[in-house]
Amino acid sequence: MSAETIEKKPAEALLSKRRKKLVTDPLIDDNPVTIQVLGICSALAVTTQMKPTLVMAIAVIFVVVMSNLLISLLRNTIPSRVRIIVQLAVVATLVTLVNEVLKAFAYDMYKELSVFVGLIITNCIVMGRLEAFALGNKPYDSILDGFGSALGYSWIILTVAFFRELLGSGAVFGIPVYDYVSGLFGPDFQLATNGLMVSPVGAFMVLGLLIWVQRTKTGYVEH
Amino acid sequence: MQQSNTYIITFSVILTVVLGLLLSGTSQVLGPLQKEAVALDNKKQILGAVISGEEIAAMTPQEVNEYYSNRIASVVVDINGQEVTEREGVAVTAETVDIAKNYKKPAEERLYPVYIFHAEGKPEAAENYILPLYGAGLWDAIWGYVALETDMNTVGGITLAHAGETPGLGARITEPGVQQRYEGKSIYNESGELVAVEMQKGEGKDYSGDPHQVDGMSGATITAKGVNNMLKNYLSYYEAYIESKKSSSSVATL
Repeated sequence: MSAETIEKKPAEALLSKRRKKLVTDPLIDDNPVTIQVLGICSALAVTTQMKPTLVMAIAVIFVVVMSNLLISLLRNTIPSRVRIIVQLAVVATLVTLVNEVLKAFAYDMYKELSVFVGLIITNCIVMGRLEAFALGNKPYDSILDGFGSALGYSWIILTVAFFRELLGSGAVFGIPVYDYVSGLFGPDFQLATNGLMVSPVGAFMVLGLLIWVQRTKTGYVEH
Repeated sequence: MQQSNTYIITFSVILTVVLGLLLSGTSQVLGPLQKEAVALDNKKQILGAVISGEEIAAMTPQEVNEYYSNRIASVVVDINGQEVTEREGVAVTAETVDIAKNYKKPAEERLYPVYIFHAEGKPEAAENYILPLYGAGLWDAIWGYVALETDMNTVGGITLAHAGETPGLGARITEPGVQQRYEGKSIYNESGELVAVEMQKGEGKDYSGDPHQVDGMSGATITAKGVNNMLKNYLSYYEAYIESKKSSSSVATL
């Protein structure tokens, strides 16, 4: 940890180019799920339907942004020898808060997500951002960075959930799309749902295809 | 920058205290709301044994509470089928009985709530008797409610829930498709013995001709066994009560 330079610089714009990059980079080019391949566990587990996935995404955004902010504020006081434990304590507290709030206000969602909200604690994206960014950057930048990474995670799991719910249950956000579509073609026409998509295997396949499409487009190669 | 041990310890203590206070504070504030949510969920599960899940899902929390208070009466009985109104000086109502806590006691000492589904506003016109179930699945607790018709033999419906069964396998006990398999089955055999309903190993066979067997869940034999044990155990705990209701209803028909 280096002491910050005291020399006065002209204030950086609230959304300067560099700061915009903090948010947009993790969306595609440095996506935590498809490029860094982090947070796969929850990406597989909660993505059978859009609704719990959305709640999960919001929970992750909250936890990553808040923990990034708190760790960044404390970065000069955290003893470096116990910093991982401190990070863990902060993250665990935030996750427990999310869990308690869900239990009080959205009990059905709490039951459905069950253990996976708790597992945000071990989501590598959270700890990764704390170690790699929040410990060495100012609070505002850390918030942007955390928001970007969480958003990158969110859109991926929402996309996976979209395909899994559509193909597996024939619905989007619980709206039975398949029933409407087959209704257009008369009573004998029926769209079949694919049971594979409801099982975790389906998530692997959708995620794999997503990574494939993305890497074909960006030309990213693992070294 | 290398900090001294004192600094590290002080920092850790302060952090722990602050986070601890924050957590206990939230839990204090949200506690009542959570209790309400749990109670509401419990009511939904009880009602789930007699009306379909879609109907319940369409209701607002107020409607669920209203429906519950209009249609459900409850009593608490002991292992001998005798009604219990107080225990150790504390009044006992079915809604305050914690099945999971009672499960840890010996069967003879437990309290057994019975939820009576009756015609609207007419508690004497019982339509179903709903009995709670509790047991062990493969990984964790499973529980549920079984509704018996007034003949105290036919299963009117069942709801099953679990704490941590394998998604896609044992967790399927929560699916309406699995629970519907129990409807119309009988818990007593022809010679009047309590045999309950057993979920079989394997899946895809037709058991519609057998009153005591239902189709199993592929890949979830141990969870199914847990469900079977739970159903059999709890029906036997309630047997005295069931018998008493049976005889009173047969007297009434005479």
